[in-house]
Amino acid sequence: MTQSTIRLPDHQIELLSAGYRQELAKRRQMTLIGAVILALAVLLSGFVAEVRPGVLFENIGKFTSYFGRIFYLDNGALVFSDIGEWFWGFWKWGKQLVDTLLIAYLGTLFGAIFAFLICFSAAINLTPKAGIRFAARRYLEFCRTVPEIVFALIFVVAFGLGPVPGVLAIMIHTIGALGKLFSEVVENIDMKPVEGIIASGGTRWQSIRYGVLPQVLPNFASYALLRFEINVRGASVMGFVGAGGIGQDLIEAIRKFYYSDVSAILLMIIATVMIIDIGTERLRHRLTTMEQGR
Amino acid sequence: MTPSRDLFPDRAAISARHPSIMAGSRREQVIGWAIMGLLVALTILAITRLEFSFARLGSGLVQLGTFLGLMIPPSPGTQLATFSKALAETVAIAFLGTLLAAIISFPIGFLAARNVMTNRIVQFMTRRFSDSIRGVDTLIWALIWINVVGLGPFAGVLAIMTSDIGSFSKLYSEAIESVDRKPSEGVISTGGSSLHAVRFGIIPAVLPVLISQTLYYFESNTRSATIIGIVGAGGIGLHLAEMIRTFEWDRVAFIILMVLATVALIDFVSSRLRLALVGQRVTSV
Repeated sequence: MTQSTIRLPDHQIELLSAGYRQELAKRRQMTLIGAVILALAVLLSGFVAEVRPGVLFENIGKFTSYFGRIFYLDNGALVFSDIGEWFWGFWKWGKQLVDTLLIAYLGTLFGAIFAFLICFSAAINLTPKAGIRFAARRYLEFCRTVPEIVFALIFVVAFGLGPVPGVLAIMIHTIGALGKLFSEVVENIDMKPVEGIIASGGTRWQSIRYGVLPQVLPNFASYALLRFEINVRGASVMGFVGAGGIGQDLIEAIRKFYYSDVSAILLMIIATVMIIDIGTERLRHRLTTMEQGR
Repeated sequence: MTPSRDLFPDRAAISARHPSIMAGSRREQVIGWAIMGLLVALTILAITRLEFSFARLGSGLVQLGTFLGLMIPPSPGTQLATFSKALAETVAIAFLGTLLAAIISFPIGFLAARNVMTNRIVQFMTRRFSDSIRGVDTLIWALIWINVVGLGPFAGVLAIMTSDIGSFSKLYSEAIESVDRKPSEGVISTGGSSLHAVRFGIIPAVLPVLISQTLYYFESNTRSATIIGIVGAGGIGLHLAEMIRTFEWDRVAFIILMVLATVALIDFVSSRLRLALVGQRVTSV
């Protein structure tokens, strides 16, 4: 390969390749140090988290056999042999699933509304006052850092068992998550329309209504739909702490070893989540193409 | 978005002059109202079916106010050591869970990527496999793993790992699919095998992206790891749930503050790491 090209003088090649080797050695050294730190962190956290690979290997059979067992009915027949018996609680669970979806829906809707009201205060281009912006951002951060199940636990004590605490918990978490995304969308808008409205004597509200909203609405809707998808999953476990939905029946089935019920409920949840995923993805695709066509 | 009527007193004249534009906006308006109607109808259905009532909300808010009052000042009581140990356990669970998931998902990501896996059936099956894993919440995986390895943080590690395998496989395969094809085509054209193409054409380009996504998940997994204790899979969640159930509100507040501080710290560290690891290489690749 090198015959036809011009060859550098030997001492220069020597110099260059020495430099190359040095760079390579430096990089190898960095990688090695990184690997050692990673290994130490793994050992330390393995110790803290009481990792026992022995137990895992000994009992890994239980994991597969658990998945085996949930596909057998009480009388020892495979679940597929008697669909009616397998999904005996189809209507009951279906109703719970509808509740779960409604919890996710209400939580997303109210959360999106509040996030909408707050996001303009957290955006640097619309709220130059650092104090208000700081407060809004910290509030949103708090809302999304505390997991929704924790809010649900507290709300169950305050509002009583049932779907109400579930909705409120999802709402608070959604405010935090959507508020951040919304404010980032607002920060990326074209400011010319807003400046135009302010220059012609418009109020802050008018500048948001006619200058900002037309630019951000498709994005807002798209993010809200994505959040709805996530919230459906979140709502499916709200019942674990007594905050309504299908989770109640699921945790009961797992705890009381109603094996075939576990698989039936899980399959219903997975199917619902997949349908919602596909539906929202279609809608979001429509929204983004709409935005591009604008 | 149609401007309001006051701004355009000569709306009728405008419609007459530009019928096609105005008709379009009217159709949009109808669709907008239909969507609004649907949303409102669903909301009313949900509120009635889930038994929302102002009386209940009101009394609940009063209760919540009392709790908030009792939360101040936050204090660990005599259990600071217990809480700290549980928090360390939480971070360890998140770290190991994320790492294991990343290691396992790495090959799965390639199997699910359209540009690497030419066998459509394998690719489709891998996609559906990761979709089903993602459909099940981390808490449910924790319950299942408890049946296998018993109560404790190890079940938590496995739960975080399992649910992350679903997410990582999807994210990784998307990153791999969006990679530039030229390097791997170059490797193939100089006589490399398809394995060589993956090693020298794809991995150098996607590795920074994958590392950055994994670090991002480490932070969000710390949050998930704080709650899996509620079902008995180790970490601070167990204490948190216990303190809430026994109305020790000052301790609840203290634990929540501890979690917030830890998550903020991890966020800081992981974003610095992301910059250090990925920032350099992205420019050099």
